Parts: sequence; structure tokens; C-alpha cells
Amino acid sequence: MKFVDEYRSGESVGEYCRALAEITTQPWTIMEICGGQTHSIVKHGIQEMIPPELTLLHGPGCPVCVTPMELIDHAVHIASLSNVIFCSFGDMLRVPGSEKDLFSVKAKGGDVRIVLSPMEALEIAKEFPEKEVVFFAIGFETTAPANAMAIHQARQENLKNISFLVSQVIVPPAMRTILEFPDNRVQGFLAAGHVCTIMGTQEYEPLAREFQIPIVVTGFEPLDIVQGIYMCVRQLEAGCAQVENQYSRAVKKEGNLAAQKLIEEVFQIVPQKWRGVGEIAQSGLGLKNSYSAFDASTRFLLESRRCEIDSPCISGEVLMGIKKPDECTAFGTSCTPDSPFGATMVSSEGACSAYFRYKRVAP
Amino acid sequence: MTEENGFSCPLPFHENAVVTLAHGGGGSLTHQLIEKIFRPAFDNPDLETEHDSAIIEVGAGKLAFTTDSYVVQPLIFPGGDIGSLAVNGTVNDLAMSGARPLYLSAGFILEEGLAMETLWSVVQSMKQSALSAGVKIITGDTKVVDKGKGDGIFINTSGIGVIEQGVAIHPSQIQSGDEILLSGDIARHGMAILSARKDSGFQNQIESDCASVAGEVLSLLDAGVRCLRDLTRGGLATALIEISGSAGVSIEINESEIPVQENVKGACEILGFDPLYVANEGRFVAFVNPKDTAQALSIMKKASADARKIGRVTEPAGKRVTLKTRAGSSRMLNMLSGEQLPRIC
Repeated sequence: MKFVDEYRSGESVGEYCRALAEITTQPWTIMEICGGQTHSIVKHGIQEMIPPELTLLHGPGCPVCVTPMELIDHAVHIASLSNVIFCSFGDMLRVPGSEKDLFSVKAKGGDVRIVLSPMEALEIAKEFPEKEVVFFAIGFETTAPANAMAIHQARQENLKNISFLVSQVIVPPAMRTILEFPDNRVQGFLAAGHVCTIMGTQEYEPLAREFQIPIVVTGFEPLDIVQGIYMCVRQLEAGCAQVENQYSRAVKKEGNLAAQKLIEEVFQIVPQKWRGVGEIAQSGLGLKNSYSAFDASTRFLLESRRCEIDSPCISGEVLMGIKKPDECTAFGTSCTPDSPFGATMVSSEGACSAYFRYKRVAP
Repeated sequence: MTEENGFSCPLPFHENAVVTLAHGGGGSLTHQLIEKIFRPAFDNPDLETEHDSAIIEVGAGKLAFTTDSYVVQPLIFPGGDIGSLAVNGTVNDLAMSGARPLYLSAGFILEEGLAMETLWSVVQSMKQSALSAGVKIITGDTKVVDKGKGDGIFINTSGIGVIEQGVAIHPSQIQSGDEILLSGDIARHGMAILSARKDSGFQNQIESDCASVAGEVLSLLDAGVRCLRDLTRGGLATALIEISGSAGVSIEINESEIPVQENVKGACEILGFDPLYVANEGRFVAFVNPKDTAQALSIMKKASADARKIGRVTEPAGKRVTLKTRAGSSRMLNMLSGEQLPRIC
């Protein structure tokens, strides 16, 4: 398939790995931000192909994994109400709340529907005017424009029976938190390609300057990733700290301006809690006052609550690149995708699920 | 642990107190149901949970007996409908035991309000599929449930076939060094169903591979085949993992040898699905002695030009399925937990 097969070619990947070996003279630790990149790295065995001096740490870019547990509990509560149709991206349904997940709500008769786009929720709201339709608007900058569009259109069309349970997060503040952590090991970043198609590359420049760290905007196929690592190592070896764009076939420096305008119209920057990590200042997008009528948390009068349960789960440390999934004592034994402790084990972008699903075989 | 840096992730529930859709996905939870609930309850010497049909000895001969239930939405999809699925699926399960399919039963659970025209068209399709596969539907049952308590039509079919003398097709027959042949391109049925749903937004029509493979399999029986398995829900990966487990062997397959149609590949990429785990309804794998590969493959290529050798049985121990990827690495294939879900971004 065009634009896919050529980026998975063993020959081209091998060539880049050889070039990488030639320029690598010392150990470096690089973090890929996006869970999609993590899955590609583990699925294609990229860690084993690159020079042993290079360590890849897996970052927090898994939208499902970082959605706070109390919000899942809120979702479970709303979805259990008899007059509600609860719409969500599929991956959200098996993420555990403090007591159950959305799949269990569905199994007990809740009307929980998997949609591919938030606009589908609008159609459902029009089709069932007697029902309250709620969309679980989660994700990074990548999903923000589509979610903003749905919310904006709901207001334009004066739809009264739809609301949005919002948990939108943004990447740069999380990168800052990782870099400010006293034990930080990250020396270079592969920034998330799809996030940058929306936001562009400029917002990473202050981070690169302040922390003297190379940031390479990178795609998702094996060739993208080894090329991103190559560009990052080339900078590290030369003592550079710049923002570079490996994913130029999709990412423009300024990003997608129309999408950014829409985000700005609907959302404002707010403090945001990340599951397993805690609150990060200025790291979320909340509804602006002009859209507060569409906020499901006020419409359903949800009280904020704290969920603290004793657990061996280290997914917070996994998300921040402090530990790898297989350093967890529960990994693959008491914690599996069938009975997960944390969201990183169930999401298709979670690092633990990638490690579990794509077990490596020694050559 | 995690207190020192303030990071944690609290413990959720750890028990499945109710049946969820994942229990019917053909992955690890389906196997848990079989192992923890069905097998202990029904335990007897003839119970077969590792092959597509049970084998019954009657006098000097052997019969294969199997059953399957069919639930699908939409009821009619490109390349087939629930009727052709219900006949071909059960016929194929019999064929996978090396049996010549003879008779089927058909049980219908109909939902109040179903259009008579839909039922008529599904039944006509069953008639046609039975004729093509050379089986007779000889008994049946009908129940109607309240509106909202069914999904239009559910069909159960059971089948009986006869196994000729000397034929022994079973995972236990697999030997180290055997080669694995795949009967055609994969992942079409699952993606056809998904793209036929009105909310999928796909304009590119994908046609299901739904078909009987009984004729093809009967000609293969003389070509040294040791084991057969049709690829249904759970796809190629799940079928191979099941076989490796029940035969106690390891399997190695090459990603670059596995044919997937371009439009199917595209749909899988968009949704983030792995074609290895997507359902098929007219594809199977055959385990053959390497000396018989050429003959078996030439028979299979008559049915589909995409049939090819995809790998081999590597060793008696280990029970693992290894995929050699296009990018040049190797990884283990594991059973999925439930069905694949569309990715978020």
C-alpha cells in the first residue's frame, strides 16, 4: 500500500540502522512521546535493531491511559442512567474505573455506543431527541479539533439533548514535567507526529532552548522512527538542541491553522489531572464559558471525587518514562489485558499492552 | 513502589462478574469460558474442545459432528448474508475434520417485526449454499422473541459428515518440519462486515470471503494433509495459536507471505486493526508434510490464486507462534483479549 509499505521496508530500515550505528559513539536515552510510536517500536522490534548504546523510553502520549480514573467513574455513572445514550471512542470502553469499566455498564443494559467520530454523536442526538446523548471527549491535540467541531456544531444547531464529558490534554506541559523531574533520564524527544499536524512545531522551540534538548517531530512507521532516532542522535552527538521535523510529509511548521482556530473557539487552557501522574499545570483543555451549557459534568451534577486505591501498578512511572512495563512485578502475571491493573495494559496505545502483545523472540 | 515520586495507578476490579462482548470474541476470554465453565461441566471422553468437530465412531465408520451459531449485523453484507454464513461455516467446520459434509440442521431465532422479505432472502441463500456445498438441511426449529430481544435473525446450524477410512486430520497429527499453507488472502470477512455498517463511512466496498471450502478440502485429503483449521473470528493468528497449543508445537510464519487485499489493508490501517486477527469465513490453513507441499499447493491454487506457503512447524516444544516481520524482526503472536477496537487517533 502506497505511503505505508515503503515505510515498513526491512531494507530501508536496515540501512538507517547501519547509518545510526556509524554516528553513535556513546549511550543516549531518547523518549518517544506517542503511544502509537511505542506500539510501532515494540511491534517491529526497533529497540533490538538500533545500536545497544541507545535506550528508548516510552512517553505519556496515550490518551486513554492518562484520562483520570474519576472521569471514568463519572462516565460509568452517566452511562448507567436509563435515559442516556453514552457515546465513546472504542478504546475507552475497557479502561478500568475504580469499580468497573464502560463495557460492564453495556453488559448490564446501559446504552453505550462506540463511535468513530464525535460527529456521529450529534447524529444520534438528532435521531433520539427524547434521550440525553453524552460524548466522551478525550484525547490529545489530535482529537481536540474534531471534538471542538462537534461541540461548536451542537451550539450552532441549538441541540439541547447533547453534552460532552471533556478530558482533553496537551503535550508540551507534560514534556516539561518530565524534564523537570529530578531523576529525569531523557536526553532527546521524538515528538508525536499527529499532534504536530494540528499544532505545528513552533511550540516545542522554547522547550528545546530552555532544556537544551533535541526534539524531532516523528511519524509512526518503522522507517519514520529509525529516521527520527537518527536525527535525534545526530544532534546529540553534535551537541545541538533544535526542533527538527522528520514527519514533513504530514507536518507543517505552523500546523493546521483552521483546526487551531476551532480549538481556540471552544476550549481554554486549564490545569489537568493525568491518570497515575497527578495534576499538571496548564496541561488541559476545558470548555470556555460560552460553551458551558454543553458540559456533561455540570448537566449531570457530577461531584469531584478522589479515587485512591492501593495497587502495585506503576503505570504513572511508565507514562513518565521512569520505568519500563516489564520492570513491574505484576506485568504479565497478575496484570494482563484480560484483568488489567492500569489503563496502560488495555489501551491500544498503552506501553504495557504493547509489551504484552508483542513479546519479542530472540533472533 | 510509587509513593516516593507521587505517581500511582489504583487497582480496579479484577473479576469478570458478568459476560461481556469480549467473552464472545474468540480470544483469551472465550477460552477462559470454555476452560473454566464448559469443559468442567460437560467433561466426558468424547468431548472435543480443540478441534472444529467431534469425531464419533459408529460401527466401523467415523462421523464428524459440529455446531455453530451465527449472529451478524448487517444481516446481508457484500459477498454473503447470515444464511450463507450459517451453512458455509458449519460445512467448513466438518471439512476441517476431513469429513465429507452430509446433513445440517437449522434453528432460527427470529425477532418480532422482522421483514418477511428478509427472512425469505436469507432462507433462499441457505438453500443455494447447501446445494453448492452438497449438503442437505434435514431438520430445523423456529422460535420468535419479542421485538428488541433479538437482532433480526439468529441462526444455529449443526452438521454431520462422514470421515472416510484412513483419514486422520487432527492437531495431534502435526509433526516438526511440517509446512503451513494458507488458502488465500485474509481479513476480508471482518472488514466487509465493518465497512457494510452504515456508520463506517467507508465508500470502498469490501466483499466477504464467505464460501464453502469442503470441495477443495476433499481433494486435499489425498495430498498428505495432517491438520486443517478454518480461520474464523480471531483470524489467522488465533487459529495458529490454538493449533500450536493443542498440538504442542511451535510455529513460524512470514508476514511478507501473507496476502491481504489492498482495500482490506487500507481499512485495517485506518481503524488500527491487525489483519492477522480479523475474521475470515472461507479461508483455512493446512499443515502438510514438506514432500507433499507442491501437490497440496497446486490444488489450493485452483480455488484461489493467492494460496501460498506461509511458514512451518519448527519444534515440538515451546507452543509459540512467531511472526517474522517485514521490517526484519521476529515477535510472538498472542491471543487477543476480546475484539479489536478502532483506535482513537
